[in-house]
Amino acid sequence: MTTPIVQDRDRARESLRTMWRIRRFEEAVEDLYGRGLMHGTMHLSIGQEAVPTAACQALNRDDYITSTHRGHGHCIAKGADLERMMAELLAKETGYCRGRGGSMHIADTETGNLGANGIVAGGVPIAAGAALSAKLRGTGQVALAFHGDGAMGEGAWHEGVVLAAMWQLPVVFLCENNLYGMSMSSERAFNLPQLSDRAKGYGIPGVTVDGNDLQAVYDVTAEAVERARNGGGPTFIEAKTYRWRGHSKSDKNLYRTREEIDEWRLKDPIVRFELETVEAGTLSEADLEAVRDEVRTELRGAVQRANAAPDARPDDLLASVYAEVGA
Amino acid sequence: MDELVTMTYSEAVREALAIAMERDERVFIMGEDVGTYGGAFGVTGDLIHRLGEDRVRDTTISELGIVGLGVGAAMTGMRPIVEIQFSDFTAQAMDQIANQAAKIHFMLGGAVNVPLVIRAPGGSGTGAAAQHSQSLEAWFAHIPGLKVVMPATADDAKGLLLSAIDDPNPVIVIEHKLLYKTSGEVRPGDTRVPIGVAEVRRTGGDLTIVATGVEVSRSLEAAEILAAEGIEATVVDPRTLKPLDTETIIAEVIKTGRVLLVQEAVKTLGFMSEVAAVLSETEAFVHLRAPIKRLAGLDIPIPYAPQLERAAVPQVDDIVAAARTLVQEW
Repeated sequence: MTTPIVQDRDRARESLRTMWRIRRFEEAVEDLYGRGLMHGTMHLSIGQEAVPTAACQALNRDDYITSTHRGHGHCIAKGADLERMMAELLAKETGYCRGRGGSMHIADTETGNLGANGIVAGGVPIAAGAALSAKLRGTGQVALAFHGDGAMGEGAWHEGVVLAAMWQLPVVFLCENNLYGMSMSSERAFNLPQLSDRAKGYGIPGVTVDGNDLQAVYDVTAEAVERARNGGGPTFIEAKTYRWRGHSKSDKNLYRTREEIDEWRLKDPIVRFELETVEAGTLSEADLEAVRDEVRTELRGAVQRANAAPDARPDDLLASVYAEVGA
Repeated sequence: MDELVTMTYSEAVREALAIAMERDERVFIMGEDVGTYGGAFGVTGDLIHRLGEDRVRDTTISELGIVGLGVGAAMTGMRPIVEIQFSDFTAQAMDQIANQAAKIHFMLGGAVNVPLVIRAPGGSGTGAAAQHSQSLEAWFAHIPGLKVVMPATADDAKGLLLSAIDDPNPVIVIEHKLLYKTSGEVRPGDTRVPIGVAEVRRTGGDLTIVATGVEVSRSLEAAEILAAEGIEATVVDPRTLKPLDTETIIAEVIKTGRVLLVQEAVKTLGFMSEVAAVLSETEAFVHLRAPIKRLAGLDIPIPYAPQLERAAVPQVDDIVAAARTLVQEW
């Protein structure tokens, strides 16, 4: 048994750093948007930081992920560069997609991130395809599809899981159940005590875990990744968590109560993990402060540099649609 | 020069698949019943026995999933070929085709390519009725990021497919069910037909017929009947719908001054509407001595009864009549 993260100084610190990077990134996006300095729309993952942070620790750098419209956290946890992410959201030429994709389409091939996706469940069969590719190439890589509870109403989810199960592909389907698909509660939608009950119907193992418990998410993901890597096929994980903010900028929160949101704010995965590390004697209050300061400085620099970068240029738009033949 | 080999259109597709898979271990095929069954139209045939079930993969009946897995595999170093049993079923897979495969390269800022080939048999004439007989090429050509080819001969079926497999972009290959059993001369070996290059199948000075898919052979047959009446037609087969070789089409229309555009697909907003628009906004326009004429499928779902099905899409007689009118009246 490996040392729990909370007792491992380096990993505890790194976990906190990642969670804070996600939180501060989302807050910076919210702030920029609120001040009219950011265009388009965005879907924030504040409150859900433990899931990608823990799950990506269970993956190797060259393992694949597919992500969702609420994908900033996945990108960051897999190792994306904050400045390039911010530059993309600020419609800059230096952004990950040169301003062509925006918030919902950031990918980072260097870290195995095959991209966020504006279509619910769109990444599920793509992850299965990456897993098929890894299997055919014999590389030992694993793919992990982050998706939301809403994705489980989509045909793409079903078909991706069916094919992955048939071919026993090295893939993990990780559902961040933040309790709502936009306004539809997952409880009302799926008629299941827990979404992992569905896994049995697909002939794959399924497990439900507290998504705000970093260690618990890590443990189940590590087990699923190991199974996938060893030829044991796909696993479904439901990580229960909560998004503090609305679905997107237009959400008036008419479908849930202030009390419910407040209740979940008390289950803040970052605060929870900070307390656990202090209680375990792994990190001191000063250590926690140092992590927060470090991330604050990093974010500030990323926003400043991204802002100063040149705006995305329209001059080669037509030439950007197709990859060059023979290149 | 090696001698030409006579084979069917379907054998030519199979030969291309075998050549590509033997030459490049990244290439594999997946689709419904492509394995032991040999494909609904027998195209994959014995490939599973020659190349193994890892590379000729039978799938569940999951078009959206199959294309989605193809996209994921293509993004990560493989060269997947997906067979969609009937092109009508691409409707089931459209998110992965239109929102994923087509857009990923552009949307992700050029960081990733999607070298995916989707083979889909289209067209009517088999009595399979409205959900198994459509000509949907315009759907795909309307989506930036996809390339669309429509081979009309056995040699093109092979050569265009080999080019499609090598292309770093998603390519939709619309094969025609009625052509599968037709024979033609095929160049041996790993011979390509470039994507984006039209072919002039016949030359004649009185009018230019531009036709796609099964309408190419019907137009050539019509041209022989017309020739007996003293009307000489040029027949241009675009072969690739996107990117379109407008240069060849414009040049061949300028030479005759009359143009008949023939497609099997329904008329409204079809591919030939685009060709007509190209002709009317380029120098071809001032060389026209007759209005541009489109001959297309009726704007109806393909019906079942054989006489109704035939009436739904241009036949040889229809092409002859339309060409004759065009030449006689103008």
